[in-house]
Amino acid sequence: MDVEQKVVEIIAREQHLDPSAVKLDSTFAELGIDSLDGVNILFALEEEFKIDIPDAVAQNMKSVRQVVDSLTRVIEGKDISDLVEMAKGGTAATSN
Amino acid sequence: MRRVVITGLGVFASTGRNVEEFFGNLTEGRSAVRRIRQFDPSELTVQIAAEIPDYNPADYFPQKRLDLIDRFSEFALIAAREAMQSSGIEVRDEERPRFGVVTGSGLGGVHTYDNGYFNLYAKQVTKLHPFTIPRSMHNAAASQICMEYGALGPSLATSTACSSSNHAIGEAFHRIKFGLADIMLAGGSDAPITFGTMRCWESVRVLASGNGDPSRACRPFSADREGLVLGEGAAILLLEELEHARRRGARIYAELAGYGMSSDAAHITQPTVEGPARAVRMALEEAQLNPEDIDYINAHGTGTRLNDATETRVIKEVFKDRARRVPVSSTKSMHGHVMGATGAIELVATVMVLDRGVIPPTANYTQPDPECDLDCVPNEARPARVRAALSNSFAFGGLNAVLLVRKFQ
Repeated sequence: MDVEQKVVEIIAREQHLDPSAVKLDSTFAELGIDSLDGVNILFALEEEFKIDIPDAVAQNMKSVRQVVDSLTRVIEGKDISDLVEMAKGGTAATSN
Repeated sequence: MRRVVITGLGVFASTGRNVEEFFGNLTEGRSAVRRIRQFDPSELTVQIAAEIPDYNPADYFPQKRLDLIDRFSEFALIAAREAMQSSGIEVRDEERPRFGVVTGSGLGGVHTYDNGYFNLYAKQVTKLHPFTIPRSMHNAAASQICMEYGALGPSLATSTACSSSNHAIGEAFHRIKFGLADIMLAGGSDAPITFGTMRCWESVRVLASGNGDPSRACRPFSADREGLVLGEGAAILLLEELEHARRRGARIYAELAGYGMSSDAAHITQPTVEGPARAVRMALEEAQLNPEDIDYINAHGTGTRLNDATETRVIKEVFKDRARRVPVSSTKSMHGHVMGATGAIELVATVMVLDRGVIPPTANYTQPDPECDLDCVPNEARPARVRAALSNSFAFGGLNAVLLVRKFQ
């Protein structure tokens, strides 16, 4: 399974963008992805890959590359405690 | 005292997708009730409703927007667009803090809840869609309208069952009258036609069955009435402080002159006579009018045994000798009971009565009921010079709201 290709496909689908507009180096800001859109994309990714993305990791996903890297590690069952650590002190994914 | 006028009208209903089509069908006595098409209703006892025919959300919104809005907000936005357009208003940036939105909804985003809970309980998914809350919350319609038009002023949502949008309009009216705002979009929307909601209403035993002849199912005030028919839709009105409207040379449809609200404090479903009567009197008092000045009443007129008989007693209680001479029609006979939107939809009809001088009939009237011995304008529209009119909403829960509009002079 090509994680990168699938991530791009899902981001494009959820944002109603042409897949060619979603690059590995695109940031969420560049793609017009706000906090609520981000939550929506995470939901779609979790459904697609049948995984749980911890909130702490989710908060750190601000670019396509970060999503692909984090997701790959979650899928491969690798230790993600550094990502969780990194997220501490970060802002919540949504407000209210 | 500041006066409040109605300068924009918008409606999106089963009987019409805009004000002209809507009022045209009402005066023709055309019912929009039909067999439900949004889902297969075969398992239901009651298989009919007043749905918006051939509604395709993509005709009105880009897909990205639709992801985030429930059907009830879509209807509200579409009605708000017509209200804004018909008013010709262009709100200036410095006016935005005094421009607000109040919408009523009985059920909120029930389609979103319905889908979500179906997935949760029947399909046993472990996660619900993250847009479930922003789509379904009752204030979503008001918030979406605020965002579309940059309304920064006093804004809220009301939920008082069948009175929701009369309360919304009344509250918006008072915001302007008492100096807290100058421009308000107010009304309501509901989209209650889901399998779950139909089952809920079936269990109350107030729905007309009429599966064999849907368009004749709702027969308010008629001796053979069998109950109400659920409908969907929205209506939004633009309310404006009189001098503000004058300065910009606005077309004034009518003056909103009275708002009465009361609580029965008696029973969770059965209406009293005294509660609604107090609301009617309050609306008259605020407008400083007498029963003799009222030339038309758009009834709550749900078509249930109890409502129509009680409403008749309410009108007699307040109007005394005039009760049997004032025309009273129930347009729910055609657009169904649109729950939290129904008051706003009926106020648009009532404003059009003042504007056009034609009273839409109570459709499907077959035989007089001694308990409903009012002039309910049976089956045929009637030309009439109407100076002032009332629109009644008496809700489950006994929270009543009555609006009074009069010709602007």
